[in-house]
Amino acid sequence: MLTVFLQFLFSGLTVGSVYALVGMGFNIIYNATSIINLAQGEFVVIGGLLMWFFLESCKLPFLLAVALTILSAGLVALIMERLTIRPLKTNDLLIMIMVTVAVAIVMRGLLMFKFGKEPYSFAAFTEGDPLVIGGAVIQLQTLWVLGITGTCILALYAFFNLTIAGKAMRACSFDPTAASLVGIPVSRMIMFSFILSAMVGAIGGIAITPISLMEYDKGPMLAVKGFCAAMMGGLGRGRGAVVGGLTIGVLESMTAGYIHSGLKDAVALLILLSILFFRPAGLFGNAAMQRLKGH
Amino acid sequence: MHMRILLSMSAVLMLVFLAAISGHAQEPIKIGAIFSVTGGASFLGEPEKNTVLMLKEQINKAGGINGRPVEVIIEDSKSDESAAVLAAKKLIERDKVVAIIGPSTTGESMAVLKIATNAQVPLVSVAAGAGITQPVEDRYWIFKTAQYDTSAVEAIYTYAKKQGITTIGIITVTSGFGDAGRKALQEMAPKFGISIVADERYGPKDADMTTQLTKIKASGAKAVINWSIGPGQVVVAKNWTALKMGIPLYQSHGWGSKKNIELAGKAAEGVIAPLSRLVVWDKLPDKHPQKASLKKYSQEYESRFKGEPGAFGGYAFDALMLVVEASRKAGADRKNIRDYIENNIKKWSAMSGVFTMSPKDHCGLDKDAFEMVVVKNGDWQILK
Repeated sequence: MLTVFLQFLFSGLTVGSVYALVGMGFNIIYNATSIINLAQGEFVVIGGLLMWFFLESCKLPFLLAVALTILSAGLVALIMERLTIRPLKTNDLLIMIMVTVAVAIVMRGLLMFKFGKEPYSFAAFTEGDPLVIGGAVIQLQTLWVLGITGTCILALYAFFNLTIAGKAMRACSFDPTAASLVGIPVSRMIMFSFILSAMVGAIGGIAITPISLMEYDKGPMLAVKGFCAAMMGGLGRGRGAVVGGLTIGVLESMTAGYIHSGLKDAVALLILLSILFFRPAGLFGNAAMQRLKGH
Repeated sequence: MHMRILLSMSAVLMLVFLAAISGHAQEPIKIGAIFSVTGGASFLGEPEKNTVLMLKEQINKAGGINGRPVEVIIEDSKSDESAAVLAAKKLIERDKVVAIIGPSTTGESMAVLKIATNAQVPLVSVAAGAGITQPVEDRYWIFKTAQYDTSAVEAIYTYAKKQGITTIGIITVTSGFGDAGRKALQEMAPKFGISIVADERYGPKDADMTTQLTKIKASGAKAVINWSIGPGQVVVAKNWTALKMGIPLYQSHGWGSKKNIELAGKAAEGVIAPLSRLVVWDKLPDKHPQKASLKKYSQEYESRFKGEPGAFGGYAFDALMLVVEASRKAGADRKNIRDYIENNIKKWSAMSGVFTMSPKDHCGLDKDAFEMVVVKNGDWQILK
C-alpha cells in the first residue's frame, strides 16, 4: 500500500517539477513588467529541441550544447522583446499579453518548419537504473529536474533581492515612471527580464526532454500548467511557483491513482479555481500588495 | 483557285478536328484529396500528401489512365472537421472530381461522408474508425483503406490468448484514436474470454504515466495494452521499463515507426505490437505476395522524402490506387468507380494488406493485414 502511495507521489513530483520550472519563467517577466508572457511554453520547447540539435545533430559536447542552447534562447527572447514588445506605443497590459500570444504562434510555426512534427529526445543526464525507495521507483532524471529547479530558485532569489540589477528590475514593475526618474534604464531592464525568463525556460526544456520528450507543439500545454503553478503560488513569487507546481503534479497523480486517471486534469483545475475564489493572490501572494500594483 | 481554297479549308478543318480530339484525349481525370497536412493530425497528412504526389507523377509518366493524365487536387483540412467539410464541397462542386480520397482522421471522415453520399461521389477514407464504413447500407459511396481498429485488437487478443493471457490492463490516450481503441478493446474482450481488470487514461501531452501503470500492476493484470499515437507510447514504454513491471507491454498499430524505437532506446526492447507489413517489409519472406511492391514504395519514398512512409502513407497509396484502378478498368465516372471498387476488388494485393471488397464490407481487410512484431536489439522482429 505504502509502495503504491510512494509511486504516485514520485510520479506527481516528476510531473510537478516540470510545471514548477515553467511557472518560474512566468514570474521573472511578471516581476519586471507585470506582463504575462504566454510564449513561455515555446521557450521550453526551444530549449529541448535546440539541445537535441546541438547534442545529437551537431555532436557537440554536453556542456557546450547546454551553453549554446541557453544563449540561443536568450537571443530569441532579445529579438522578440525588441521587435514586438518595445515598439508598442501603449502601456495596456492586455495588448502586450496578446502580442506574446502572437509571438508564440509564430515561434511554433518556425519550430515546425525546422524540426517537423515528430517528438525528439536525448539521453538522461546520468545513466543508470532508476532509484528504488520503499519499493517505488524514481527516475534519476527527475532528481536532476528537482535539483535544477531548486538551484534556479536560489539563484533567482539572490538575483532579485541581493543585486542592484535585480532590485532595479523589480522597481520597474512597481512603477516604471518612478524607476526611470531615479535613473533605472527601464527599457533595458524589461529586455533583460525577457532574456532571463527565456533562459530559465530553456533550462527547463533541457532538463525535462529526456523524461517527457519534446515536440514543436508542446508549448501551450506547458504554458497552461506552468501558469496554473505560478497562479497557485501567487504570481511573482519564486517559491510559490515551485510549491504550486509540485502541488498540482502530486494532486493530478493522486487523483489518477485513487479516483480515476480520466479525472486528473479536472481535479487539478478545480483546486486551482477554488484557490482563485478564496485566495485570489495565490497561496503565497499578498493581496494588499497586488492592490498597490493596481491589478 | 477553288481547289486551293478548298484544300486549305479542309486542312484547317482537319487541324481543328484533330486538336479537338487530342484536346479531349488529354483532359485530365480529376481526383480530390483531403488530408490533415497541418494541425494536430499533420503527422498523418504529411506522408499521405507526399505519397499521393509521388504516385501521381509516376502514373502520368507511365501514360496516365488510358492516355488521360491524372490530376490530384489536394486540400488541407488543417485537422479540422469544418475545414474538411468545406474542402469536400469545393472538390465536388467546383473541381467536379470523380472521387475523393481522405480525410485523414476518423472525425473528419465522419463529418464528410454525408456530403459525398448526397452528391453521389465515391469517397475512400484513409482513417481507421469502424463507423466510417459501417453500417454498410448507409455507406453506399464510402470506402476506406486503413485497417479497422477492431482488427488490430483482434490480432493482439489472438496473440495474447496463445500466450495464455486472460486478464489485461488497458491504458489509452484521451484522443479520438485512444477513444476508438478503448471502445474496441472493451467490446472485443468477451469474445476472446479476456477480462479487462484495469482501464486507465492519460492526456496526449502527459509527461509521466507511472501512476497509471502502477495501478495496472496492482490490479493483477497479466499484460498491459497501450493505445495511442505520438510521444505517449514512448513515455509508456519508458515507464513500463523503469517500473520493471514483469508483464508484457502490447502497443497499438500506431507503434509502427522506427522513430519510436530510437526515442525509447532500451525501453522499447520486448514491446509487442500488430503492425502493417509496410513497416516490416524487409523482414518478410521473399515469396510473400506483398513484398515486392512494399519494397518499391518504401525505398522510393525514403530516397525522395528522407523519412519513412509509415502505415499512413500506405493508406493513401491504396486509396489513390483503388480509384486509379477503377477508373482504368471501368471508366472515370463516379458511379462506375464506386461499382468497380465494391464488386471487382478481390484479393487485391496492396500496401496495407490484401483487399477483398464486397457489398457487405467496404474496407476489405481483417486481422491478417497485421503481423505481430516484437522489438529486439533495436529492430523489428516478426513473431510467428
